[in-house]
Amino acid sequence: MSKVRVLVGTRKGAFVLTSDGKREKWDVSGPHFAGWEIYHLKGSPADPDRLYASQSSGWFGQQIQRSKDGGATWEPVGNKFVYDGVPGTHQWYDGTPHPWEFKRVWHLEPSLSDPDKVYAGVEDAALFESTDSGQNWQELSGLRGHGTGPHWAPGAGGMCLHTIVIDPSNPQRMYIAISAAGAFRTDDAGKSWRPINHGLHSQHIPDPDAEVGHCVHRIAMHRSRPGTLFMQKHWDVMRSDNAGDSWQEVSGNLPTDFGFVIDVHAHEPETIYVVPIKSDSEHFPIGGKLSVYRSRSGGNEWEALTKGLPQKDCYVNVLRDAMAVDSLDKCGVYFGTTGGQVYASADSGDNWAPIVHDLPAVLSVEVQTLA
Amino acid sequence: MIRVILPAHLRTLGRTGSEVTLEVKTLTIGGVLDAIEERYPTLQGAIRDHVTLQRRPFVRYFACEQDLSHESLDFPLPEPVVSGAEPFLIVGAIAGGRF
Repeated sequence: MSKVRVLVGTRKGAFVLTSDGKREKWDVSGPHFAGWEIYHLKGSPADPDRLYASQSSGWFGQQIQRSKDGGATWEPVGNKFVYDGVPGTHQWYDGTPHPWEFKRVWHLEPSLSDPDKVYAGVEDAALFESTDSGQNWQELSGLRGHGTGPHWAPGAGGMCLHTIVIDPSNPQRMYIAISAAGAFRTDDAGKSWRPINHGLHSQHIPDPDAEVGHCVHRIAMHRSRPGTLFMQKHWDVMRSDNAGDSWQEVSGNLPTDFGFVIDVHAHEPETIYVVPIKSDSEHFPIGGKLSVYRSRSGGNEWEALTKGLPQKDCYVNVLRDAMAVDSLDKCGVYFGTTGGQVYASADSGDNWAPIVHDLPAVLSVEVQTLA
Repeated sequence: MIRVILPAHLRTLGRTGSEVTLEVKTLTIGGVLDAIEERYPTLQGAIRDHVTLQRRPFVRYFACEQDLSHESLDFPLPEPVVSGAEPFLIVGAIAGGRF
C-alpha cells in the first residue's frame, strides 16, 4: 500500500510525519536537530530515502544534513558555501551598495534523476550545486554575474533565493526566484541566466515594470506542463504559459492577492492552491479565518476551502515553502503554519484536519509519496 | 593535553563527549581551534568562518574566568589551560530568544 512521508522544517527542528495511503493516522518523528532552524528539507525523486536538510543557527551557522534511510538517521555533510570569485555588491535596504555575504540555505532542490546532485538556494541570493551528495558545493555564478545582480535588494526576510524549479522535460532548463529581485531562467543547466519578469507589476519599486526588483514569493509548476508556471508574488497571483517569458495576473476574485505559498494539484494541471494573507503588514488570514483558495481554471476563479480549518481567532501565517501535495489517487494537499499546525487534506482540499498542531513555527513542508 | 568544553549543540553536531581532550601543536587560541576542527571536521564553519577564520559573532572563548573572545588567534593559552588544570571553554553567547 502507498505511504506518505511529510517532511516539516520548523524554527526549532525537523519533524517527519508518516501515514499510509488513507492519510488518517500519522506517526510523528522528531524533533530532529532539536533547537536548530530547519529552513527546508526535501527528498530525492530518484531515491526517496535520500533526504537533504538545511540546518542553521544564529550561533553556529549553516549545516547541511543528509539521510540515506528516509530520515531515520542523519549525517552532516559539506557546509562550505563560498561565492565564486569576488562577491561584489548588491543593493542594501537604503539603496547603497552592500557586499554579498553568505547567511543561510533557504531551499534544497534535489535533481530529478541523480540522487547525488542537489541545488541550494542561499541568502544572500545565489545558487549552489553539489554533485557528490552534499559534500562539496560550487556556486553557479552565472546567475549573480549575468548583469542585474548589483540592482537586487533584500526583501523583509533577507535577500534569499528561495525557489528552485527544475523542468522535468528538459534538464537544461531551471527556474529560480529571489526576494526581492524576481524570477530567472537558465536554458543551459545553470551556466547563463536571464530575468523573466515581463508582465510583473510591483508598486514598491521606482519603476513598477522594471526588469528586476520584484518580490516573488513562490513559483509552482505541474510536471506535465513545464512551460506553464504559477507565481505568488508579494501582491498578485500570476501565471505564465511561455516558460516565464511573460506573465498575466490571475488573482481574479481572491479576497486579497497577498500571500506566500502556491502549489498545483498532482493530477490536474489547472487546479492551483494559494493561502491568501491579509497584507504585507498584517501577515495573517483576513478576519482570523484560515482559508485555502482553489482555482480549477488555472486562476481568476477561486473558491474558498474552509472545512476543518479554524474560522475564528486564527492569526497565523503560511510561509513560502510550507505547502506541498502528494500524488496519491485523490491528491493530498498539506500546509504548515507559523502557529505550529500542519494541516492535511486527503481529498484535494475539500476537507482539512491537522496532523499536528503544536510544533514550533513551520518554515517548510514537503511531501513524498512512497510505493 | 588541552581540555575543551563545547556547547551542547556542537557536542551533538560533532558527536563528541561532554569534554574533549586534544593534543595541540601550537599553544594558542588558533592552535586549539585547528585541533578541534581537525579531530571533528563537521565543526568546521560552526565556530568560525571557513574562509576568514573570524569567530562567529555569537560564539565566545573563555578560560580561567577570562573572556578571550576578542584576542587574536595567536594569543597564547593561559598556563592553567596548557597544564590541563583548567578547560578552554567555547560558549554560545547569551543571545537570541526571538522565537
